[in-house]
Amino acid sequence: MPKYTLNINNRTHEVNVDKDMPLLWVLRDTLSMVGTKYGCGIAQCGACTVHLNGSAMRSCSVPVSAIGDKKITTIEGLDKDNKHPLQEAWREFDVPQCGYCQAGQIMNAAALLKNNKAPSDQDIDNAMAGNLCRCGTYTRIKAAIKSVAK
Amino acid sequence: MTKDIDLKRRSFLKLTSTMGGGLILGFNLLSACEDIAVEKIVSAALPKDWFTINTFIKIGETGLVTILSPNPEIGQNVKTSMPMIVAEELDARWEDVVVEQAPLSDGFTRQVAGGSQSIRKGWDSLRNAGATAKQMLINAAAKRWEVDAKTLTATDGMIKNENGNTLSYGELAAEAATLEVPTDITLKAPSEYKIIGHSKVNVDINNIITGKPLFGIDTKEEGMVYAASIRPPAFGMELVNYDDSAAREVDGVIDVIRYADHKIAVLANNTWVAFKAKALVKANWKAVGTLESTSDHDAKLNALLDKKSAEPRRNDGDVDKAFKVADKVVERVYEAPFLPHNCLEPMNFFAKMEGGKLICKGPIQTPAWAQNRIADITKVPKEDISIMMTRMGGGFGRRLYGDFSDEAAEIAHKTGKSIQLMFSREDDMSSGTYRPASKYKIKAAIKEGEITAYHLTEACFNGNMFDSIPNYFPAGSIENMRVDTNTEKSNITTGAWRAPYTNFLAYAEQSFFDEMAQELAMDPVDLRIKLFEKAKANQDAGYEYDPERAIGVTKLAAEKAGWGKQGKDVHLGLSVYFSHNTHVAEVAEVQMTDDGPVIKKVTAAVDCGIVVNPYAAQNQVEGGIVDGIGHAMFGNFMLENGKAKSKNFNSYRMIRMHESPEIAVHFVKSEKSPTGLGEPSLPPVGGAIANALYKATGKRLYKQPFVNESELLG
Repeated sequence: MPKYTLNINNRTHEVNVDKDMPLLWVLRDTLSMVGTKYGCGIAQCGACTVHLNGSAMRSCSVPVSAIGDKKITTIEGLDKDNKHPLQEAWREFDVPQCGYCQAGQIMNAAALLKNNKAPSDQDIDNAMAGNLCRCGTYTRIKAAIKSVAK
Repeated sequence: MTKDIDLKRRSFLKLTSTMGGGLILGFNLLSACEDIAVEKIVSAALPKDWFTINTFIKIGETGLVTILSPNPEIGQNVKTSMPMIVAEELDARWEDVVVEQAPLSDGFTRQVAGGSQSIRKGWDSLRNAGATAKQMLINAAAKRWEVDAKTLTATDGMIKNENGNTLSYGELAAEAATLEVPTDITLKAPSEYKIIGHSKVNVDINNIITGKPLFGIDTKEEGMVYAASIRPPAFGMELVNYDDSAAREVDGVIDVIRYADHKIAVLANNTWVAFKAKALVKANWKAVGTLESTSDHDAKLNALLDKKSAEPRRNDGDVDKAFKVADKVVERVYEAPFLPHNCLEPMNFFAKMEGGKLICKGPIQTPAWAQNRIADITKVPKEDISIMMTRMGGGFGRRLYGDFSDEAAEIAHKTGKSIQLMFSREDDMSSGTYRPASKYKIKAAIKEGEITAYHLTEACFNGNMFDSIPNYFPAGSIENMRVDTNTEKSNITTGAWRAPYTNFLAYAEQSFFDEMAQELAMDPVDLRIKLFEKAKANQDAGYEYDPERAIGVTKLAAEKAGWGKQGKDVHLGLSVYFSHNTHVAEVAEVQMTDDGPVIKKVTAAVDCGIVVNPYAAQNQVEGGIVDGIGHAMFGNFMLENGKAKSKNFNSYRMIRMHESPEIAVHFVKSEKSPTGLGEPSLPPVGGAIANALYKATGKRLYKQPFVNESELLG
């Protein structure tokens, strides 16, 4: 099996896996980094969102062989002190119900705010439309994002 | 449909906090934020020893308190709110409390997440656990000081005597644990509450937002392998045989086995390989039953609607006579499809054999039922089967049915391996336990400006929902009332789906009463109140809701939504419903835009008695409303020849952020014992939006989903 060197949260990991294995399963099963969640496997729910060179990607649909030397950031590495402004806002607004989608929501929102520090409601709706929350915490997710937006 | 809260946080807080006051608790976000703004920091140091005071409580010598949360957590906040009740009566400081999920154990009763009953049914035992433990700590202090226990008081983790001396719970725990359990305890009055009624942030918040392992799917154990399941491709099919030679060639595949008679498990060293190899197994299936399609279901339900049941579920007065002499008879039919639960965490479970014992762990709403079934299937004695609950990525009723837990246990037992059974999304959606498709025919008689008869006929698969609730509204408010229920068997597996019985019925009924108001030329609010008043005056009629509380939420929702004061482009729809012991009224606000009608806002008034954890309670109400709107608007699960037509989110539409309205939640201030909130806000919202959409468009909606998405299916 081929060997891949991955830069995840500023650390180097070597994995021996199929070239078509999605990054999601490399993270979850090979590296036991389980913060990135499986929801649909076809980039329809956003639960598996990570950053590739700072942009939000659905890790269920990115084969490991396509990553190369791009920097991967997962929820575990979003902030070294776990105090990213969005994480703080999620605490303040007590956003989660079941919590399963929330890592993906935060990663997606973090990528949005990186590129757009003052998103409008429309910008937030557009950027977050790919992230399902089955519990329906959308109102709070949006309020939390807006509280961080400058 | 865009939601429109263009307020910065500060004004959001201010706005929300001004909603409180008056008769209502409202929701005071500002005061809630004082509690939740700070990350929960445990104040006491980690102890060397834990002293077990009772099944719920362990106290360390440092004063740290562990409270075991008995019930499964599916997102309904019980892992926070149930321990809050214990901590209140214990008089511990919340900062000194750590919460642990209890395993399935005889020490607890009703370890179930279902029916919105955890808080209601746990209320007494949780308070007693806290109060009993507090008394044991007081008794330990009385012994130490050689004084009468009655002279001592307990506050914030400290016992104080008349001289002003104090002993901490930590200092007393070892001794308290050895004392007899007192029976003469006094519970607090609601006015004394310091924790209940004060918002506490989710105890798992930090783990959730930093991606720590919490959910069943996150289980990783040394030597664990992953099992993917191949399930009959259609309801009504069974496995004949299979060829697994190609699957076994895949690097990483460990084994392929037949189990549960008609399923195949592919065991591999990771989930991806297991899923990939699954596709390479060539299985032959045969039809052993009818391969049902949505069109068959539709015809069957229509036929059932025309039948009277042998035994009506309720039969007050004489509806036939009332219809004969009526000035007008109105009859409407309402329809709803099967619905999958679509928990975002697909079904999964962990199981392993260890020294003859079966150790199981995973997301399950009913661990005791699973234990019984697993004992039955594997013949491992029940006492040798342990079940640990993980946090669940949603439940909604799906995880009441532990097909996945039983299968994991069977595979582990059969292979001797430590396994994690994983459903793909496609398995999850196409091999579910669905809300059954159903139809209601509602017929009412009007005479001299009154509703004189109400006749509801239910048509449903695999049982009837109305069998459980024949005494809900409008029972007691209409003199002649009859309920007929008819059912037919289907081989599509069906079961409870969030707010079973009422998730669709409430919409049918509350849409119908909106039409009744129109027929009677009455305001919909006035009609509801008139009917509730009738029920109130008719207390021996045998109904389950409380008309007084129903009137309370109706008036509150109307007032908060500005009923009757809306601008000309704003259209309001009302719905009032009692379910799961909680009264809820909702007003939906629809505005016409260039793109058509948009659901802008829903205002909810809720009477659930004491609100244990207000900010989280508000979250439950908001979630139920979003869920109810989403499924009323879009939820459509169709079958063709026994096969699901939708298997993933590209062919099954779920509500998304831009389709969720602004939501305002108002709780009725109450000192009555608390009732549940996981479900009751969902049933009314379908009717509220249907009624508001009617006002906006002039079109009545009789069939769910309101938005036809059949084009998604190709």
